[in-house]
Amino acid sequence: MILTITTTHKNASDLGYLLHKHPDKLQSVDLSIGKAHIFYPESSPERTTVALLLDIDPIDMVRGSKHLSGKGFSLAQYVNDRPYASSSFLSVALSKAFSTAMNGTCAKKPELVDVEMPFEVKISVVSAPRGGEFLIRKLFEPLGYELDIERHILDTKFQEWGESKYFTVELKNSIKLKELLSHLYVLIPALANDKHYFVSQDEINKLLAKGKGWLENHPEKEQITSRYLVNLKSLSRIALDRLNEENDIQPTELSSVHKEKRKTLHDVRLNMVLTKLKESGAKTVVDLGCGEGKLIRKLLKEKQFERITGMDISYSELTKCKKRLHWDEMAPRQKERIELFQGALTYRDKRLEGYDAAAIVEVIEHLDENRLQSFERVVFECASPKLVIVTTPNGEYNIKYEQLMDGGMRHTDHRFEWTRNEFENWSNQVGEKHNYQVQFFPIGEVDENVGAPSQMAIFTYGN
Amino acid sequence: MEIKVPELSLVLLIGASGSGKSTFAKMHFGEYEVVSSDHCRGIVSNDINSQAATSDAFDVLKYMISKRLKNGLLTVVDATNVQASSRKGLINLAKEFHTLPVAIVLDLPERVCIDRNDKREDRNFGGNVIRQQKYHLKRSIKKLKREGFRKIYILKTEEEVNQIKGVVREKLYSNKMDLHGPFDIIGDIHGCYDEFVELLDKLNYSIEQVDYDSNHYGMRVTHPEHRQVILVGDLVDRGPKSPEVLKLVMSMVHSGTALCVPGNHDMKLQKKLNGKNVQLKHGLAETVEQLEKETQTFKDEVKEFLYSLTSHLVLNHGKLVVAHAGLKEEMQGRASGAVRSFCLYGETTGEIDEFGLPVRYNWATEYRGEAKVVYGHTPVPMAEWLNKTIDVDTGCVFGGKLTALRYPEEELVSVEAKEVYCVPTKPLEDSSLSNLSFQQEHDDLLNIDDVIGKRIVQTRLRNNLTIREENSIAALEVMSRFAINPKWLIYLPPTMSPCATSDLPNYLEHPQQAIHFYKKRGVKKIICEEKHMGSRAVLIVCKNEETVRNRFGIEQEGVGVCYTRTGRNFFNDSMLENQFLNRVCDALTQSNFWERFKTDWVCLDTELMPWSAKAQALLKDQYAAVGTSAKHSLSDVESTLLKTQKRNIDGIDELLEKFQYKKQATEKFIHSYQNYCWEVNGIEDYKVAPFHILATEGNVYVDKSHEWHMEEIQKICKSDAEIFTMTNFKIVDTNEESSINEAIDWWTQMTESGGEGMVVKPFDFISYGKEGLLQPAVKCRGSEYLRIIYGAEYDRIENLERLKNRGLSRKRSLALREFALGIEGLERFVRKEPLRRVHESIFGVLALESEEVDPRL
Repeated sequence: MILTITTTHKNASDLGYLLHKHPDKLQSVDLSIGKAHIFYPESSPERTTVALLLDIDPIDMVRGSKHLSGKGFSLAQYVNDRPYASSSFLSVALSKAFSTAMNGTCAKKPELVDVEMPFEVKISVVSAPRGGEFLIRKLFEPLGYELDIERHILDTKFQEWGESKYFTVELKNSIKLKELLSHLYVLIPALANDKHYFVSQDEINKLLAKGKGWLENHPEKEQITSRYLVNLKSLSRIALDRLNEENDIQPTELSSVHKEKRKTLHDVRLNMVLTKLKESGAKTVVDLGCGEGKLIRKLLKEKQFERITGMDISYSELTKCKKRLHWDEMAPRQKERIELFQGALTYRDKRLEGYDAAAIVEVIEHLDENRLQSFERVVFECASPKLVIVTTPNGEYNIKYEQLMDGGMRHTDHRFEWTRNEFENWSNQVGEKHNYQVQFFPIGEVDENVGAPSQMAIFTYGN
Repeated sequence: MEIKVPELSLVLLIGASGSGKSTFAKMHFGEYEVVSSDHCRGIVSNDINSQAATSDAFDVLKYMISKRLKNGLLTVVDATNVQASSRKGLINLAKEFHTLPVAIVLDLPERVCIDRNDKREDRNFGGNVIRQQKYHLKRSIKKLKREGFRKIYILKTEEEVNQIKGVVREKLYSNKMDLHGPFDIIGDIHGCYDEFVELLDKLNYSIEQVDYDSNHYGMRVTHPEHRQVILVGDLVDRGPKSPEVLKLVMSMVHSGTALCVPGNHDMKLQKKLNGKNVQLKHGLAETVEQLEKETQTFKDEVKEFLYSLTSHLVLNHGKLVVAHAGLKEEMQGRASGAVRSFCLYGETTGEIDEFGLPVRYNWATEYRGEAKVVYGHTPVPMAEWLNKTIDVDTGCVFGGKLTALRYPEEELVSVEAKEVYCVPTKPLEDSSLSNLSFQQEHDDLLNIDDVIGKRIVQTRLRNNLTIREENSIAALEVMSRFAINPKWLIYLPPTMSPCATSDLPNYLEHPQQAIHFYKKRGVKKIICEEKHMGSRAVLIVCKNEETVRNRFGIEQEGVGVCYTRTGRNFFNDSMLENQFLNRVCDALTQSNFWERFKTDWVCLDTELMPWSAKAQALLKDQYAAVGTSAKHSLSDVESTLLKTQKRNIDGIDELLEKFQYKKQATEKFIHSYQNYCWEVNGIEDYKVAPFHILATEGNVYVDKSHEWHMEEIQKICKSDAEIFTMTNFKIVDTNEESSINEAIDWWTQMTESGGEGMVVKPFDFISYGKEGLLQPAVKCRGSEYLRIIYGAEYDRIENLERLKNRGLSRKRSLALREFALGIEGLERFVRKEPLRRVHESIFGVLALESEEVDPRL
């Protein structure tokens, strides 16, 4: 990864003073893994360029980067773009190499600090996933930059693989050096949307300090904040609050993320499931595929439910569920009502027997269709609760979603998204086979052509 | 006097304090066989005399007793046991575990007890307590028989006690462990004499006429190979010739040609013959009528014969159990009223069905025992195995068949009924409703209890393997979210360890270490196979969909499956998968595979190429991404440094050299992954390279050498060169330097021209060394390929040095365990074991895969 900053300011070689780096020397600073080198490819009164070259040690990189190993690819921590593409490493290197300039001090020529100079910046390469060129422009242009962006394709031999998320970016602006550096410090990692270290509260302070004076008014401040903080919502919220406080904006204008507690489709769905469960008079309920336990928490608040069980296939979701329930601190009487365990809906399971009702909310679409037979038997034949509530997306509704206009599904793990007809056929056939009566309900606002976004079937045992 | 106790019994020593129970127990029983109430008092209170601790002490005592009885161990209770109420709990415990209670009473004079107590320093209760105990004992003695004790011994004096030289343990009647067969186990005959004779003839028994006597009734049955018949009972009722059947069976039993267990009909007849008032229903009337022509002597002999029958038989070292209505594992080889009743009637739910018959609970669906259970009682259209149990009552008297199971061959031999002698109240269940066998229907759903928690899997290759709970947790998620129908999953391939790290300066891996690995372990002949770089794929291909249904119990999923090493579908597109499988199927047909292997299915271990077909996302998100970012970034770095170089700044030259290396390494890296990619537009763009013929009907080919596998596979490959790729190989003599060098040169050549590397295996599929089972294979990867794994810059000398420090032991241990489990899955499938047993092994492989190990190995 290399960054060059060129100025054609009248005494261009003053850049050396401003940066506090001698133009005729190669200087290096240590980074946590590897080094950053500072040198001047050209230095003359007409035109001076400084280069910041990141020299990441690819073997060392492995240490402490376990969280890099993404889903399904355990080699990611060993083979990744860290040494070559811009990321939070660049910010660290900038602050280490040019700390005085970033702070706006220059001992030898203090008058230069506040001088706006023409700068040309080139970064090879910038990583900008989920946004690309459009995003790069949205982040830099409001700050007065002129951009020249070159996008790189993934592989010249396999053109069909398409474009990559990498760009060589050239920026031009007349601006104070300290501003330029702060912009880069914040915006480059925001583009990369990834951090090489653990993101904590400290990160908010860094962001606010470096963003002072420009981020508050940046039209994309929300996106910058959230991407800079690696999409950690809790941190983003705090950061945005503080950012807005400092900017003295009225609370009414606060971000939609924060204030407007819009009722999501899932909330509607869960409330409906809850209502139906209450109406049924069920006292014991098992939530099959309880996830982080949103429904469980709702059930817990209702006295009617004496025994509440949550099952999920994912152990980590169950752990999250316990955390959300404050399991360890829960009062013993409360705890007696709840049971959580790992299980799979394709295995017969004695623990599921004897419940009044089972809720299976947005679960079946995560099973391969040919596994549904087992699922049916496990739930309707073996566990056989008096009432079964099943919800699943209505595939017909997908055309109403912008991203799904040309097909595709709402979640990458969905194996199918049934039409109303398909769902009803399946449900009726299951009902008939296992002696359940079935009723159907739409979930969410009903469109006259394609129905509601989600659908529900309620199975009641016996005729 | 001699004391005899059944080999599995609960022996209560009964006697006042000081009557010498502990001494007696110590002298005649083993250390662990005796549980003492005083000892338990001590455990719960530190005081063996504490009366306050009695309740807790007895809890502990009973707990210990139940664990021992559950495990089939004779147990002696050393407590006073003088009161009926205290004995009752123990007798119930004996019943619960179907063991016989025995009483040994030490009814010594009061004086003796008091004197003995006085001499003991740790005892301080006076004569009153003992007098009280003696009083209770006196009242008890007469009641013992009624309380349910099978044997009662009463010793009244010290002399009597001293005369006891030992306690003899008697075998239970059901214990026929020392009979090994071979057997022919015949289902319910119900008076169908003609069919019985025909079946005996078909089984090659000869019936000779001899003089009529009350042992043989004029017949002597023999078998040239001394096979023995076992009858599962219900000899009589409903059919036309019950007395003839009885005569033939009694003759065979008397001469040792047959063993017999009683059926419920036989027992009812016995009751009738004993003059009890029984209803003449369910065919008994016919029997009684037929018997009227017989002599009273014969009837008495029948009575005696039926009385002599034991509820069930445990044969052949406990591997075979025969009982009329079957028997649960926990009841086998035990004796109690409940066991007898189960043997005769099986288990019922207490409900009555629409035909007025008791609803039977099919105990066999839950059977998990090791022993095979052969039974009758419930007529079925066809004898079929289910969880190691088989019902051989094929309803002869109802016009079905009379069936024999040949053991240990496990072949079924039947003769058709000559007529319908009796119309069943309830029609026989029609098996044509389902295309699947009992076992397949039963296996349709796996039980979560068979996979969760800590598991211990017994394998043929490596004995017991432990699967830790946290690994099961991970595997359950993967298995149920992503894996294909578990009925397909009869095998998962093991992980493979690389060879030891090379000591040559420029190599991380080199064939020398791979070859040396086996040489050092005494393997003289090894095979080096070209390693293809694609994705591992297991192929199950059947001759047709009928085979899929019959053998795998799967319907409407095509003629086979192609799955990855984690049990996922290889193809996302089922059309494409079908085309591919049909193509493979055609090749197998053309190469006469089905005939040559006498099979209609096969499981192949293969590499499926190109890599980009399955790993497209990985290539795009990871490899191409790293490649393109590095390429563009580094070329700008190079040009900037070249420009700077002109300014003669110290240190730039070194920097330039370093980054030029990085640039070249990146180019090589890109080239390296590109090597294994090509565009796939249709089925003909795929290449499959099989390297193991894992299994076909009846066989797992781990007993064949790899050379055999390679040669057999070549025959298949030849019939469709478009989609099959042959695997090049070399056989190496580890004691021949030239042979080794040849392999090394071959590897060098292969890897230099873009090959991934090679796999080195012992010549035999399964090899043992001093340390036991050897690694089934080690891989030796080429230097360029390793860039994909270790990163583009891995071969810079300072990097290589650091990377060489790698440990292989975890990976190797994992590889061995997974290998054993994978093969176990195949062995169990081939032996037609229930799906849960196959699944257990496969689940184990997946669970082990979640153990953390360096993914670069």
